[in-house]
Amino acid sequence: MQLTLWTYEGPPHVGAMRVATGMEGLHYVLHAPQGDTYADLLFTMIERRDRRPPVTYTTFQARDLGGDTAALFTRALRDAAERFRPEAVIVGASCTAELIQDDPGGLAESAGLDIPVVPLDLPSYSKKENWGAAETFYQLLRRFAAKGAARPATCNILGPTALGFRHRDDVTEIAGLLSRLGVTVNLVAPMGARPADLARIGDAAFNVVLYPEIAGQAAAFLQRRLGQPFTRSIPIGVGGTRDFIAEVAALAGVDATPLLAEEASRLPWYSRSVDSTYLTGKRVFVFGDATHAVAAARVARDEMGFEVVGLGSYSREQAREVREAARALGLEALITDDYLAVEQAIAEAQPELVLGTQMERHTAKRLGIPCAVISAPVHVQDFPARYSPQMGFEGANVLFDAWVHPLMMGLEEHLIGMFREDGEFTDTAPSHLGHAAAPAPVSAPAPAPAPAHAPLALAWAAEAEAELRKIPFFVRGKARRNTESFARARGLSTITVETLYDAKAHFSR
Amino acid sequence: MSLALEAGCEARPVLRERGQREVFCGLTGIVWMHRKIRDAFFLVVGSRTCAHLLQSAAGVMIFAEPRFATAILEERDLAGLADAQEELDRTVARLLERRPDIRLLFLVGSCPSEVIKLDLAKAAQRLNARFAGVRVLNYSGSGIETTFTQGEDACLAALAPELPGSDAPQLLIVGALAEVVEDQWRRLFAAMGVHRLAFLPARRAGEMPAIGAGTRFLLAQPFLAETARLLESRGARHIPALFPLGAEGSTEFLRAGAQAMGVGEARFREATALAEARAKAALAGPRARLEGRRVFFFPDSQLEVPMARFLARECGMEPVEIGTPYLHRAHLARELPLLPASALLSEGQDVERQLDRCLAARPDLVVCGLGLANPLERQGITTKWSIELVFTPVQGHDQAADLAGLYARPFARREMLRV
Ligand code: SF4
Ligand code: SF4
Repeated sequence: MQLTLWTYEGPPHVGAMRVATGMEGLHYVLHAPQGDTYADLLFTMIERRDRRPPVTYTTFQARDLGGDTAALFTRALRDAAERFRPEAVIVGASCTAELIQDDPGGLAESAGLDIPVVPLDLPSYSKKENWGAAETFYQLLRRFAAKGAARPATCNILGPTALGFRHRDDVTEIAGLLSRLGVTVNLVAPMGARPADLARIGDAAFNVVLYPEIAGQAAAFLQRRLGQPFTRSIPIGVGGTRDFIAEVAALAGVDATPLLAEEASRLPWYSRSVDSTYLTGKRVFVFGDATHAVAAARVARDEMGFEVVGLGSYSREQAREVREAARALGLEALITDDYLAVEQAIAEAQPELVLGTQMERHTAKRLGIPCAVISAPVHVQDFPARYSPQMGFEGANVLFDAWVHPLMMGLEEHLIGMFREDGEFTDTAPSHLGHAAAPAPVSAPAPAPAPAHAPLALAWAAEAEAELRKIPFFVRGKARRNTESFARARGLSTITVETLYDAKAHFSR
Repeated sequence: MSLALEAGCEARPVLRERGQREVFCGLTGIVWMHRKIRDAFFLVVGSRTCAHLLQSAAGVMIFAEPRFATAILEERDLAGLADAQEELDRTVARLLERRPDIRLLFLVGSCPSEVIKLDLAKAAQRLNARFAGVRVLNYSGSGIETTFTQGEDACLAALAPELPGSDAPQLLIVGALAEVVEDQWRRLFAAMGVHRLAFLPARRAGEMPAIGAGTRFLLAQPFLAETARLLESRGARHIPALFPLGAEGSTEFLRAGAQAMGVGEARFREATALAEARAKAALAGPRARLEGRRVFFFPDSQLEVPMARFLARECGMEPVEIGTPYLHRAHLARELPLLPASALLSEGQDVERQLDRCLAARPDLVVCGLGLANPLERQGITTKWSIELVFTPVQGHDQAADLAGLYARPFARREMLRV
């Protein structure tokens, strides 16, 4: 049993729903208990879709369990096929239906529908949402993908689904880049594709994989089956986008020089302009799905001049990539889906900015640290009305704005460092965000397991404590930590003003 | 007005349907019950789906000091039930270490835990013996057994046998209510001289009311069938009444309570006349927006019948169909005769057929869940999402206009928008 207050991913059948809902002409018949229709509101409310997801649930109840739940499934399947007239159907079980073992795949086969039925086997007690989406997409391609003309300089865009973080605008942005590069998009899938469209996926020479969590497995399969190579670079940030363009150009046999010469992002200039100097070395903690976290870490260090002090992901399937990226930054990757572990890591790293999911937004709020969202899971406000890709050159502009916004602005930061006793410029939050924040009690997060060796008790002399408070709040945590570890290393039991400045000198070397 | 004239009529036809049900499971009740009982914790024993449901339904609130969590069953828990019991003990031990402020722990069953027959009653017993100072109870909020608000019924039903005994006369109001509503009613009953008034659930585990032969209880919510049955088995007696929605419902509800406590009509009127007049006056505004409009209810919370009664009688609306997940005739005995005869009453659901009926009827307002609301709006149909009705203080005189306002707001918005 795993004690969970918050989960980064839903169950795998939600991943399958994301694929089905993103596509057209595909219906999903899901064997599930009454109540599991809650998942509809993810799409109708969070993503604000104006149609019901194409999902029929059997919604069995306890009284059905004594009877014939298999017949219930078959009836729901026939009714759905007749009512919605889809081109194809996927069938599967939710976690509860998995336990009663009715075998939706077998039942669907014997139901004798005159449309293709793709059975899904999604183990709910060991896999999660992204895995479910990846497996569903893969199974659909296994069924429908066929060899094609493989026209040169033509690609498919793989990975966008319903309920994907900024998928809508990423696709627009990347399709624009591809067209400026002279590359034709044959098909975007799953989002917007019909089952029949999947049959002509082979008309492209290669695949662009935007979200490896969802399309990685499918792309590897298409490479094996159809010989289509696929892109590995993720077009997030200016560097990522440039690498991506070069990679695509090589696969397409086109010249990338004109597009690369015509630098279309404002991020490089914004980041070089003197107003951004104060961003140098700001300590950031990055957490999200593997793709977004790794890309964000690169942007943070190389394009914003931050210092990445923590990098992690809940995507166990992509843990290797995250570990590599972390090592390159001199860090140990945090691979976990336990939000308390993430909270603890953030509290320990004492960053000045957190780049994370909806979840880290709340953790950061509790710890009084500025935060921006870079990855799913997200709430309704991260399905914005305005154009806001994460990918491509415009995506880089969006990243710059979104990450700088929560930070205190440069001048204010200086003034607070100089004059500590201003009643209006409070010490805890940037004033351009409008709230005169109450000093956030940096409440210790839920008690962590006690460390194996109890640390030496350290006392702060009163005037050292007062001196510490003169350090701006966003680096105060780090200063406290450094001073304490400095004192501990020297076997000191009391921290004086002198210790504070000794530690400062020590760490600034 | 005499309700007795029409009471006892059982003949009203009901459309019973089976098919896909677009409803929440009883786990959702945790979202408000954990705020109501301040030192209780709800531990769902279920799957990732259950955890995902809770966080989707609870939205942002999950971070405001959440007092619920899910013990997610993993593959190895399914393999051996004995080990699952041990695992559960370990999980609870860890939880209680982390939250020493918890006095009442509910182990909440889910579909997976019910299907594999994980015995939570046994687990609760065992844990009670192990942890002093924490009462451990269990109930099921599974989708296979409970629909949405029935989760509250199951939770209160778990509490009922635990309540201390006392045969002293008292009036008990049953059903989780907003604190502001409880306080209003305390004042009203105090004004009538009724001081032995208690609420179930209480705000804290240690303050749960005692019950016994002297207890007369009012149901503030229509979805408390099992709780009522168990309270009656402890000697308490149910007072039939309208549910306290709208001016009429609130007056009849309070009057039934007052009469049961021996308060005379004059004293009752004296205490409540002002609130009733205020409610009626305040209703005029929203009524202007609602009058003559046709309303269609999809099943959700069991509140549909009293809501439709209120909208029809006090706001001049015309209910077309009143869908309810479950129709408890005895507790609705006062309500049903007040529904307009023209309204179709339906129990259960086949959501596709119901949508067909709804679209054919072209109602002015559809009361439905969040999975249906936006798709219907896109088709030009005004909707009121129903869950809000459970999360907002709507009972009692001083909330009558707020309640009508919830239904009027979608119309007001439509009129305002020029895009
Ligand atoms: S319409 Fe009213 S009086 Fe007539 S049968 Fe139905 S409930 Fe009874
Ligand atoms: S209790 Fe049942 S219906 Fe509710 S979320 Fe869990 S599996 Fe789904």
